Amino acid sequence: MNSVLKYSFYEMIRSRWLFIYTGFYLLVSVALIMLSGDSTKVLISLSNITLGITPMVGILFGTNYYYNSREFIQLLLCQPISRWKIFSAFYMGLAIALCLSIIVGIGLPLTFMGIFKSGNVSLFFILIAMACMLSIIFSLLAFLIAVKFDNKVKGLSIAVLLWLFFAIIYDGLVLLTLLVLKDYPLDKLTISLMLANPIDLARILILLKLDISAMMGYTGAVLSKFIGKSLGSLLIALSLLLWTLIPMGILRKILNSKDF
Amino acid sequence: MIEIKQLQKKYHKLVVLKGIDLDISGRGVIALLGPNGSGKTTLIKCILGMVLPSGGQIFFNGENIKGKNEYRNDIDYLPQIAQFPENLSAIEIIELMKSFKQGETREKALIQLFGLERELEKKMMNLSGGNRQKINLVIALMHDSPVIILDEPSTGLDPLSITRLKSFLRNESNRGKLILLTTHIMSLAEGMAEKVIFLLDGRIRFNGMMTELLDMQGGQDLESSIAQLLDNETV
Amino acid sequence: MKQVLIILLFFYHHGVFGGIVEICKDCDVNDVSKAISVANECDTLILLGGKYYSEPILVDKSLVIIGKLGSEIVSASGLQIITVVADYVSFSGVKFSGVKTNYLKENAAIRIKQGKYFEIENNIFEDCFFSIYLEKSKYGIIRNNQINGSATTEAESGNGIHAWYSSHLTIESNRITHQRDGIYFEFVDNSLIINNISIRNIRYGLHFMFSNDDEYRNNVFEGNGVGVAVMFSKKIKMIDNAFIKNWGTSAYGLLLKEINDAEIINNLFDDNTIGIFVEGSNRINYIYNTFSSNGWAFKFSGGCDSNDITDNNFVNNSLDMMVSSSIQNNVIRGNYWSEYTGYDLNKDGVGDVPYYPVKLYSYILDQVPESIVLMRSMFVDLVNYSEKVSPVFTPKDVIDNSPKMSLVND
Repeated sequence: MNSVLKYSFYEMIRSRWLFIYTGFYLLVSVALIMLSGDSTKVLISLSNITLGITPMVGILFGTNYYYNSREFIQLLLCQPISRWKIFSAFYMGLAIALCLSIIVGIGLPLTFMGIFKSGNVSLFFILIAMACMLSIIFSLLAFLIAVKFDNKVKGLSIAVLLWLFFAIIYDGLVLLTLLVLKDYPLDKLTISLMLANPIDLARILILLKLDISAMMGYTGAVLSKFIGKSLGSLLIALSLLLWTLIPMGILRKILNSKDF
Repeated sequence: MIEIKQLQKKYHKLVVLKGIDLDISGRGVIALLGPNGSGKTTLIKCILGMVLPSGGQIFFNGENIKGKNEYRNDIDYLPQIAQFPENLSAIEIIELMKSFKQGETREKALIQLFGLERELEKKMMNLSGGNRQKINLVIALMHDSPVIILDEPSTGLDPLSITRLKSFLRNESNRGKLILLTTHIMSLAEGMAEKVIFLLDGRIRFNGMMTELLDMQGGQDLESSIAQLLDNETV
Repeated sequence: MKQVLIILLFFYHHGVFGGIVEICKDCDVNDVSKAISVANECDTLILLGGKYYSEPILVDKSLVIIGKLGSEIVSASGLQIITVVADYVSFSGVKFSGVKTNYLKENAAIRIKQGKYFEIENNIFEDCFFSIYLEKSKYGIIRNNQINGSATTEAESGNGIHAWYSSHLTIESNRITHQRDGIYFEFVDNSLIINNISIRNIRYGLHFMFSNDDEYRNNVFEGNGVGVAVMFSKKIKMIDNAFIKNWGTSAYGLLLKEINDAEIINNLFDDNTIGIFVEGSNRINYIYNTFSSNGWAFKFSGGCDSNDITDNNFVNNSLDMMVSSSIQNNVIRGNYWSEYTGYDLNKDGVGDVPYYPVKLYSYILDQVPESIVLMRSMFVDLVNYSEKVSPVFTPKDVIDNSPKMSLVND
């Protein structure tokens, strides 16, 4: 398994697309730093960009990577190792490479900018952590889709739809729900709805670090209290854990009954 | 060695294998023949555990292979189409594939046999189709396992390499190995195989010695014998 | 009248009028009350250093009281220290402390009752419940004082400079922190508040109630509950002030409630939850102000008519404007909006397409405050964008037809 992970990782970091992806982050970070010396502004702009890009890249990269490696994976399947080990190693190679892209692309320029001397160190870490987390979750969903659907066009379409759902449609449904139920106390519902979508969760964790909690009025107060409390952190951790464990469980189930 | 009982495979409504009973054992080269869509690749994939049977059982050395993967230690397999990670070099892939099975490997001899010494450091994406197939062969054969399964091994190979492959396989057979091979090239099968399994429409139509098949159909060679067999079917 | 005061003070300092009474620990006169009782009208009392624990002092003569060498008067019982009931009283160089919170009486370090021509200058007020308390007083100057309260909750704290039913005051260059309100005006007219720094007060940096014709200029209000609150007042001029970092669930840079005919010119609103919160206020001119990095730059609520918002800068606010009720006859014109994405084909510095400062999301947020959790989400960007293309929900009359392409510099 370790050797599969190693080779999957090597394959990824030598890929042109990962190179372009890292370059994109480097470029954006450097450009933002040059446009505004203010680390808060740079971090706000970067968080807007990463929240949009990482899930999309994660899911598209993931599906594509699987479809392109399918024949090689078949060859591995004839070796005396279990399917699950092969897939989890492949997936981990991908996820680690994506996270590394983020750490290099965003982390390096900001470190040179002197982020560790500014008052925004915790926001910086949250941003990197959330970007990595979204990459991990969405590339896992990508593998799930790709393994489930042998047809590449179908798989890619579903990946795009799923990304659209979590990035945009879900929030629309949340807003609709809140509008319909606006006469009821909504803070618990709002919090639960945010917990259920990793992109929203990441966005809110970043927002709270941006001091926008003050803007959130009562809900903001409830929210920052909730997240500050140990129960809140526990639920957030649990939500993120479920977002990796459940897809992994489903992936495992599909693998056990799939013909290659 | 490989024992197959009432093997069935359905893909939704399409039935590909309709109850296969087979006992493959001993040594020597066995040619698995049949027209396109007759179920050859599915049968091989079932043996390798890549395709899960809809019914029946497969035993390897007396053990049901269902849910197992260790038995694959004893099988070398050459897939019909192999694609490798494009950004890795040939030698890196060989090293990777070496790591999965125990025992001595003999990739050096095979690299020499196919004249690949200069290609090893190149990335897979920069290799010609023929060289990729040779790398594919090196990987498939380097482990020296007792069973070798080859799916269309001659695809994309130049005549010299085919000759070398043939003599290599003959030698393996003489060393006591069991070699199962599918091919469209009848001369290859005829020149190598002692036994023939003929699949048609998901069923076994012939399973026996090559000479027996030739005698039975009265053809001059394997190609005409097979044609004869197919003719009889359609009548 | 001011000239008269200056002339009088000139004479005091040159010993033309009255004598000098010195107060020190070893002097014949060793406390302030005794000094007052022996002093004549227009005498000068000089504290020659030391800490004086004192019971309440009544100043009923026109006196100049000067503290030297760090003289300090401490309220011995925690009650009010000085009550002035005469005109022409002046304090300078004294440190006051020790006035305790009292729920029944609004005790202060210095209370001036119906006094005129007083002057409170260069004093320090430390941990006092109320520091300076003016009632029915006129023509006074409060200048260069350091006022440091120790307020923790609104209910237990008093104001730094508190004025009630007064007029013609000048409050200049004071530094006020940790009181309830830094400066509080109730029924105070024709007064000037200038060059003060009012920071980290529990409630308001500056608070007007029922006060008219006042002006505050060039002050800094930072980190207060609300920077400045102007309520039920008329003709207040607010010029060149900075309203900074008033962050919190109900924190505003400037709160306007039921006020009319004000001028708000050339102020800076930076880093506030809400830059200006306006409720039922009419005929107000907002000109040359800069709103930067606020949650909301402007929030209108209640009927606000005939206001003029011209030549302001709106830079990097999360939301520029929120309008919770109908507002009429307002002019919004020639402002710079950093969110503006229009073009300027004829290069006259004015955008060719109008800017709608109220986003659909602001409107939604007003309906369902919980939807703040969707801030900065792609869905909200999308909603705002579609509304920008064809406005349906957002008020069509809240519009800047001539948005500037670059920052307004006055």
